Amino acid sequence: MSQLKGYVHSLESFGSADGPGVRYLIFLQGCNMRCRYCHNPDTWKMETGQLMTADEILDKAERFRSFWGKDGGITVSGGEALCQLDFLLELFQKAKERNIHTCLDTSGSPFTKEEPFFGKFAALMQVTDVVMLDIKHIDDEKHKELTGRSNVNILQLADYLNEIGKDVWIRHVLVPEWTDVDEYLLRLRAYLDTLSNVKRIDVLPYHTLGVFKWKELGVKNLLEEAGINPPEPERVAHAKEILGAIS
Amino acid sequence: MVNREQWNSFRGRLWKEEVNVRDFIQNNYTPYDGDESFLEGTTEATDILWGKLQELFKEARAKNGVLDMDTDIVSTITSHGPGYLYEEDKTLEKVVGLQTDKPLKRAFMPFGGIKMAEQSCQMYGYTPSPELHKIFTEYHTTHSDAVFSAYTPEIRAARKAHILTGLPDTYGRGRIVGDYRRVVLYGIDFLIEKKQDDLNNIGCGVMTDDIIRLREEVAMQIKCLKQMKVMAASYGYDISAPAKNFREAVQWLYFGYLAAIKTQNGAAMSVGRVSTFLDIYAERDLKAGIITEKEAQEIIDHFVMKLRMVKFARIEAYNQLFSGDPVWATLEVGGLGVDGRSQVTKNDYRFLHTLQNMGPAPEPNMTILYSKRLPDNFRKFAAKISIETSSVQYENDETMRPVWGDDYSICCCVSATQTGKEMQFFGARANLAKALLYAINGGKDEPDGLTPGAQIGPEYAPITSDVLDYDEVVKKYDLYLEWLAGLYVNCLNLIHYMHDKYYYEAAELSLMDTDLRRTFATGIAGFSHVVDSLSAIKYAKVMPVRNEAGLTIDFKIEGEFPKYGNDDDRADDIAVWLLDTFMKKIKKHHTYRDSEPTTSILTITSNVVYGKATGATPNGRPAKAPFSPGANPSYGAEQNGLLASLNSTAKIPYTWALDGISDTQTINPSALGNTEDERVNNMVNVLDGYFEQPSHHLNVNVFGIEKLLDAQEHPEKEEYQNFTIRVSGYAVKFIDLTREQQNDVISRTFHSKM
Repeated sequence: MSQLKGYVHSLESFGSADGPGVRYLIFLQGCNMRCRYCHNPDTWKMETGQLMTADEILDKAERFRSFWGKDGGITVSGGEALCQLDFLLELFQKAKERNIHTCLDTSGSPFTKEEPFFGKFAALMQVTDVVMLDIKHIDDEKHKELTGRSNVNILQLADYLNEIGKDVWIRHVLVPEWTDVDEYLLRLRAYLDTLSNVKRIDVLPYHTLGVFKWKELGVKNLLEEAGINPPEPERVAHAKEILGAIS
Repeated sequence: MVNREQWNSFRGRLWKEEVNVRDFIQNNYTPYDGDESFLEGTTEATDILWGKLQELFKEARAKNGVLDMDTDIVSTITSHGPGYLYEEDKTLEKVVGLQTDKPLKRAFMPFGGIKMAEQSCQMYGYTPSPELHKIFTEYHTTHSDAVFSAYTPEIRAARKAHILTGLPDTYGRGRIVGDYRRVVLYGIDFLIEKKQDDLNNIGCGVMTDDIIRLREEVAMQIKCLKQMKVMAASYGYDISAPAKNFREAVQWLYFGYLAAIKTQNGAAMSVGRVSTFLDIYAERDLKAGIITEKEAQEIIDHFVMKLRMVKFARIEAYNQLFSGDPVWATLEVGGLGVDGRSQVTKNDYRFLHTLQNMGPAPEPNMTILYSKRLPDNFRKFAAKISIETSSVQYENDETMRPVWGDDYSICCCVSATQTGKEMQFFGARANLAKALLYAINGGKDEPDGLTPGAQIGPEYAPITSDVLDYDEVVKKYDLYLEWLAGLYVNCLNLIHYMHDKYYYEAAELSLMDTDLRRTFATGIAGFSHVVDSLSAIKYAKVMPVRNEAGLTIDFKIEGEFPKYGNDDDRADDIAVWLLDTFMKKIKKHHTYRDSEPTTSILTITSNVVYGKATGATPNGRPAKAPFSPGANPSYGAEQNGLLASLNSTAKIPYTWALDGISDTQTINPSALGNTEDERVNNMVNVLDGYFEQPSHHLNVNVFGIEKLLDAQEHPEKEEYQNFTIRVSGYAVKFIDLTREQQNDVISRTFHSKM
């Protein structure tokens, strides 16, 4: 039987803040958003990177099983993992056959309730233990400015995950002038309060460590040009308090 | 069976019939699986003493690291009167005894080599006694002088070129761990009685070399035991009988250790596996209401303070090899018994807790004998201490216990030894990366070596091809490894013969069995660079760049090749092959006193010195660049993160390198998790996962590169005075490293994911 192949950007043996416990990280190539603060712009381009089958990846991942303890497993991130939905579904189905804990790190941007996507996504949720959903901005207009896409379908995804009772970790990048604004933080909190499946909220302070990659790719980084710096620790604590995030 | 009042309530009988500390421990210890909430902070006395010691450390640092030195007293067990850390009130110190008459004053120890003893004085502006010079040059031969008088020209050349380096020919070999617990449990008189009995039964009267030597050695041991009593008496203690309570137990044990460090300045002076043993005394006193937990902690704090004070006079060349003034007062906690019970006691917590009570410190070299089967609470506490202090190391109890039993100690940085039953002949390292270059260059030292162009190895035909051929290189390499192994073993045979003869460790050995197991500890330097070089030659295209004399000065590499440190069998198989090949060659040779040959893949900080003496290697490492330490992958080779690197190291069979396989990793705190709980749990997961595999040793540092850079620029900041980091096999205060060593540490791989 021929297996699907996925475009892999990179693999990392030790992830510890990317889902429960110690995790093997699979970064898939390709993203449909263009977030201004993206620290991995080298993962944007579609249909490039290393082609690998699910079994090839899982064989590598299982070399690290001894480190996973009772909580760990694999986390698929990107790029945007949902851009390669067919492959992702096969990967997680096979992972479950091997009794591996699965976590999906997504921006939710490719989500739609239309077929054929929705049916496949529902199947994916059958074999996904935790979804880490990055909500980039609660305000749709701002979301478009920041990422180039609307957040309507992303919030739809969040609602759907709530409906089916899927464990979700919310991640929110705190960017001065963009998301580090009380009004937006309060609105986000109000929205999150409508969900009953959120197990954890992480506030991730914007950092500039990925800026060199933009330069390498010759892409303009508007945040950098605007002179936006990482948020002060007090602001991070403040945002965490508003959102009820883990600290 | 003898019964003594000091043994009241102790169970068991074999240990009463013979000297058998292990049997005593197994019959009497109380495993503890609770958490750390019982622990106590410092007492006023501890604060005063530690405050005083901190001041002295500062004073010493202002004087190039050395506070004071002896110049005209030869250090022996009884050479000095009693000394105290806090003269103003001697009752504050719950554990007493100094190496000399004053704290941090370094003793004059000429038996290993008068030149070194004098050089170390002169280096710090002291004038050594001319009278002692005369005695130790005209009337008495020192270890070092004896070794050099017998060296062959071939050994001298290999030594000069640094293909053999760090040899214990100019310093004490160390690594012999007296079973200091014997002083506590039995008292000196009983030990003398037993040694006298041994002496009476050595040989049948036929005087062969072996019998004569052993008889003389045991006689020296008995003399030492008698001197220990005199030394203790000068502090007002009678150690002829066993200790009767916890405080005496710690004091008796320390007196045993003190005798060792007054007579030997060995490269490693381990304390050994004393924690579980001492806990038996603490438990008895706690139960009887004789002491409180606070007092028990105070005694351990004071003992540890004494271990933090151990200092030796060293020469510059030694400091370059082993940077940061280490003594390897290695001390173990944790581990399981062969019956499967955890040997973790409350005392194991107390020892780790000293790093909280008195802050991080490089000594004692705290070692956790790790197993996933240790209690959850203890594993978490250990991880927490690691994250807070970066001051502890881990070794795999699951791989060591089957080899050494459940009462082994760590005799150096990472090497296991059966406590009281085994001694090691320490042998530093052979530079296998240089040997690879000799294979290519026909035995001539590289243009970037210390003896450029000199014919150091045998004059076989060099490789002259434009592109290196794997089979040809391996074939030639084999010839040079064969030569090097022979030269190395014979050089060590000579060194240890002389060490036994002229610098015999009577104090340590008096507290060990007369009938000893002996191991012969060779070592490998440049491991990962050889592996990656061979991988490059095999999987990519490697073209030597040669000078006009035809010797390699660099290598051009075309194409990709797998590197050790990525859990890639193509490279890791070469690593396993290299160890196997070298070890088999070592084993062919006769080893001194029929010792068992072993090897290690650990380099302490000598990776910098070895690298400096070695030309560019075919893996792309530039000439003179430091080697990666121990069994660590080459710098920059790790492309798949921490766990992939650990998986590679774990493939190296421990049973082929019984002297140890050292791995040092640095993790950025944020890469370990977002919250303290997460960081602790993830650290436990990493340790569980690594030690579930047949791995051996792991140093874990938890800090970011920014902290190192800042400490390098601002060593005067208060926060860096005790900033401790783990390097290969030991810990050092970062600001005590040479700038070169600091740069090396900074350039190492930091595991932090973006």
